Amino acid sequence: MSEDLKKTPLYDLHVELGAKMVPFAGYSMPVQYPAGIMTEHKHTRASAAIFDVSHMGIVRLMGENAISALESLLPADLESLAENSIRYSFFTNDDGGILDDLMITKVPGGLSLVINAACKDADIAHIKSKIGDQVEVEVEYDNALIALQGPKSVDVLARFDARCADMKFMTFMTLEIDGVSCQVSRSGYTGEDGYEIAIPADKAATIVRRLLDEAEVEVAGLGARDSLRMEAGLCLYGNDIDTTTTPIEAGLLWAIQKRRRVEGGFPGDDIILKQIADGAPRRLVGILPEGRAPLRPGVEIANAEGEVVGKVTSGGFGPSVGGPIAIAYVASDYKAPDTALNALVRGKEMPCKVVKMPFEQKSYFRG
Amino acid sequence: MSEVKFSEDHEWIVVDGDIGTVGITEFAQEQLGDVVFVEVPEEGKDLEQGDEAAVVESVKAASEVLAICDGEVIEGNEALVDEPSLVNSAPMGEGWFYKVKITDASQLEELMDEAGYKAFIAAQG
Repeated sequence: MSEDLKKTPLYDLHVELGAKMVPFAGYSMPVQYPAGIMTEHKHTRASAAIFDVSHMGIVRLMGENAISALESLLPADLESLAENSIRYSFFTNDDGGILDDLMITKVPGGLSLVINAACKDADIAHIKSKIGDQVEVEVEYDNALIALQGPKSVDVLARFDARCADMKFMTFMTLEIDGVSCQVSRSGYTGEDGYEIAIPADKAATIVRRLLDEAEVEVAGLGARDSLRMEAGLCLYGNDIDTTTTPIEAGLLWAIQKRRRVEGGFPGDDIILKQIADGAPRRLVGILPEGRAPLRPGVEIANAEGEVVGKVTSGGFGPSVGGPIAIAYVASDYKAPDTALNALVRGKEMPCKVVKMPFEQKSYFRG
Repeated sequence: MSEVKFSEDHEWIVVDGDIGTVGITEFAQEQLGDVVFVEVPEEGKDLEQGDEAAVVESVKAASEVLAICDGEVIEGNEALVDEPSLVNSAPMGEGWFYKVKITDASQLEELMDEAGYKAFIAAQG
């Protein structure tokens, strides 16, 4: 493995736990542990699992102009965001494409952003060049970030700090875990209830070990993280959304709040608002193959006449669904649930149909 | 007593007369992880060494199984269609992929014996 891969504060623990480490966005990350992706996935849905997501970036935008400045780069309504609440959004470009997707938390004195590992440097450069004169940009380097996901997460974390049970979904709080102040969000990327926890780097391995001592908790890697988010119908940047896809095509209209739909004022607003009014030429949909063959990214989707009308952007096996699942862009004429299509795999037509996402019902705690 | 031979692509073949049974190795199944789909070749298919003979997919990725030698497929292991996880649980046994009528036995001489294959994967580190 290349020596210049970065390591997260939990690297040694991953190796000790027998993880298979792979290069991911410049980091050496655990793709799976000895239990395997299938077991790790099912354990997350049934109980609770810890994922290392320290490769993701945490950036703070501080100052009284933080909200108006960030609103100029993305279509979320941040004025209406309550203190310690979280909103999902995406940086757009002038073509209405997506530069990255992110989570935004309203914190005292500004905003805290969690951005994708692979986009981290580009995002920070983008922020600094566009609004660097309006906000103070603080990049967080000394935290580990873990996700504790699954229906038992609340029971486990409450043993350390009972206040976590009262947190609403998509809110933020500083909790004391084993005597250490941790920045905790009730959120995740698995379709389950859970928390994302920023821990000071030097305390991270100790706290993760303490959490793993709890009977309900196992570790899970990037492989399970991907199959879980696919079943939950959540987009992966670089696969399902990128600079060539608009938020409307990707079915992310829900993340553009009403005021921004009226006022615009974000990059690509002309194109995006036009698509809101007139519809988008293609849409991201769930695809359920009839057979057992997984559909991988890049697989083409054809209509009954054999004409290619779409392409898979994420696909594989859904362990909880018990079969293959895929996410694909299809021409808008074919977006209705139950539309029969064919996936073209290794020169063969594999029957499949459009389905509503999530594939697997979410059990977010709405509280 | 038939001998098992191994390829650098992590396949094995057990030869009985001119019939070979082919599968992937323990090392290969460990690398793949949980196998969720297998496509085995149909009876009567002519294979040339290095052709795509079968497809094996884990949760994460699809891989090709290349023909270990020339020959005509006489049976694909249909059990794998319904139970792909046999590749994980018994890669050298019930998880075999196909049986082939070998047309060029000389190709088998280039394959590794068990000791040679062990050394080969050890070197892969």
